[in-house]
Amino acid sequence: MTTMPVDNTTEDPRHRSPLVLGHVEFGTVTEEICRVNEAPKPPKAWYVSLVISALAAGMLLVMIGYLILTGVGVWGNNNPVMWGFPIVNFVFWVGIGHAGTLISAILFLFRQKWRTSINRFAEAMTIFAVICAGTFPGIHIGRVWLAYWLFPIPNQMDLWPQFRSPLLWDVFAVGTYFTVSLIFWYIGMVPDLATLRDRSNTKIKAVAYGIFALGWRGSMRHWHRYERAYLLLAALATPLVLSVHSVVSFDFAVSQLPGWHTTIFPPYFVAGAIFSGFAMVMTLAIPAREIWGLKNFITMRHLENMNKIILVTGTMVGYAYGTEFFIAWYSGELYEKFAFVNRAFGQYAWAYWIMVSCNVAIPQLFWFKKVRTSIWIMFIVSLLVNVGMWFERFVIVVTSLAQDFLPSSWGYFTPTWVDVCTFIGSFGLFMTLFLLFIRYLPVLAISEIKGVMPAADPHAEHHEPADALGEEVQE
Amino acid sequence: MSQQTPERAWGYAAEFTTPAAITAAAKQVASAGYRWWDCHTPFPVHGLDTAMGVKPTILPIIVFFGGLTGTMLAAFLQVFTNSLQVDLWAIVPVIGYQFEVSGKPLISGPAFIPVLFELTVLLSALTTVGAMLLLNGLPRLYHPVLKSPKLARITDDRFFLVIESRDPEFADKKTLAFLESLDPVSVVELES
Repeated sequence: MTTMPVDNTTEDPRHRSPLVLGHVEFGTVTEEICRVNEAPKPPKAWYVSLVISALAAGMLLVMIGYLILTGVGVWGNNNPVMWGFPIVNFVFWVGIGHAGTLISAILFLFRQKWRTSINRFAEAMTIFAVICAGTFPGIHIGRVWLAYWLFPIPNQMDLWPQFRSPLLWDVFAVGTYFTVSLIFWYIGMVPDLATLRDRSNTKIKAVAYGIFALGWRGSMRHWHRYERAYLLLAALATPLVLSVHSVVSFDFAVSQLPGWHTTIFPPYFVAGAIFSGFAMVMTLAIPAREIWGLKNFITMRHLENMNKIILVTGTMVGYAYGTEFFIAWYSGELYEKFAFVNRAFGQYAWAYWIMVSCNVAIPQLFWFKKVRTSIWIMFIVSLLVNVGMWFERFVIVVTSLAQDFLPSSWGYFTPTWVDVCTFIGSFGLFMTLFLLFIRYLPVLAISEIKGVMPAADPHAEHHEPADALGEEVQE
Repeated sequence: MSQQTPERAWGYAAEFTTPAAITAAAKQVASAGYRWWDCHTPFPVHGLDTAMGVKPTILPIIVFFGGLTGTMLAAFLQVFTNSLQVDLWAIVPVIGYQFEVSGKPLISGPAFIPVLFELTVLLSALTTVGAMLLLNGLPRLYHPVLKSPKLARITDDRFFLVIESRDPEFADKKTLAFLESLDPVSVVELES
């Protein structure tokens, strides 16, 4: 395992910093990435975390079973806080699910080549986060066996769902997002599955990878259509990423509750989603690159770039918090003003200030390069951002519902142990899927990484090999 | 590697180690007038498709119609289920419904936009992947190129230029000599 020989976080305009460290040949890249899948035994940390995650995922199943057998009374949801934890968790997980497709689609269109090292597992994270997100509205409906009422199927009275409701838009938005993310992830993976197929040493592996590699043989005529398809998918997924959390925010913004009924919600939710998604990518990437020795691909530059995005989106989120307060005051609306003063100083003030400190104050540390390039500090910041973004959804959902117009209908929401265990269990499901992915699927986009190496340039032959800073030869 | 066999080979594969080498070779093969030939590379080599004379794919046009289908489908779905009282017969009778909610217009344009958008994107994306695979003739679980163990390095670090024997220009010895002249690392005979 090579340690970093070059500091590739310098911003020297005369050189382009290398995105792959320690490799000049394609073969060693394949070797090093496939080692994650091909090592006879995964690291101990993998077993330990898989056991813990699988137990937590089991707990999720038990909690869902208990809920179905007993009824939604096992949760802390009450009147007026009908939404409670399930919707908080739904919005939280959907938000996390935004970074993957953002990295694969938007950064692809902007030709941000550094995305190649992180897109694969960010996309995987997206899919697993959306699976967790989808669980919550499914069980929140109460009568789980009637979950198909969410889909446009007429019921026994020939009545259809109501398409003017944001809750139905949500079904389409999240469903489309999941499907498109899944095929985007899978199609990106096909050439790498072919790599694993061709390297496999047992019949079972050869057949399993072979089936999913679809007979990919790296034909340039295929690559031509493949690249065009990838570009089209990126162009389709870009507005999709922005639409999903906008539609989720409509669930709130289209209702008339003070604190929810605001036009700022769609952009504010999207910024928050990207913010939390990148924080989760960091939370997963930092241990993964340590444990599996992927530091040559997920370099300090990649981490620093993500920290910059966290800083930008965190600041946007902070600006949105400020705007909300300004508009509440400027509108002169009694209930709106109350809702916001109550958020900051009412019965949930503790949650509000956790949110502000984790989401607005702490990411400001990333103005300093020392912080942006320090593994431990960025790891802790990413964890705190995850906490802060969960509390953001808690504050939005719970404060507005608990105290709206009539003081006589005010209430207070306290989660039960079932709420808490279900939430922890969803992390178990997420981590179990993620750990299985790391072990059995190509964890980095092998073919794409080869494509951003200086040696991949067809004109490279006429020049000296890449220098220490890995200058890319200009065409 | 290359020796005469009684049975005619499926084709010959010339092995190269750099993107520049295969691009230069591809240009010569294209100008020699071959039609049934291909390059196999571990990643899309920039400019190799133009060097090979690959025509732009019609994929975007297919995707446009896929997306259009999604838009129409969403418009029909929403108008049928929420705005019109018409009956259809699709395996079972399906009845449209005039869904009046809080005095909103039966055809609520703005409220129908999110689903119109989502289904357009969904069908476009599915068409993109489906049509790409179809045009590429995938999934295909057997191919002569996949059979040779030497060519397994296509997905690792080697670049192979394959000329098939069904090409009208293909003449066993002449093609072999031509491939040797392109300065490859080796030439492999492929069985069908």
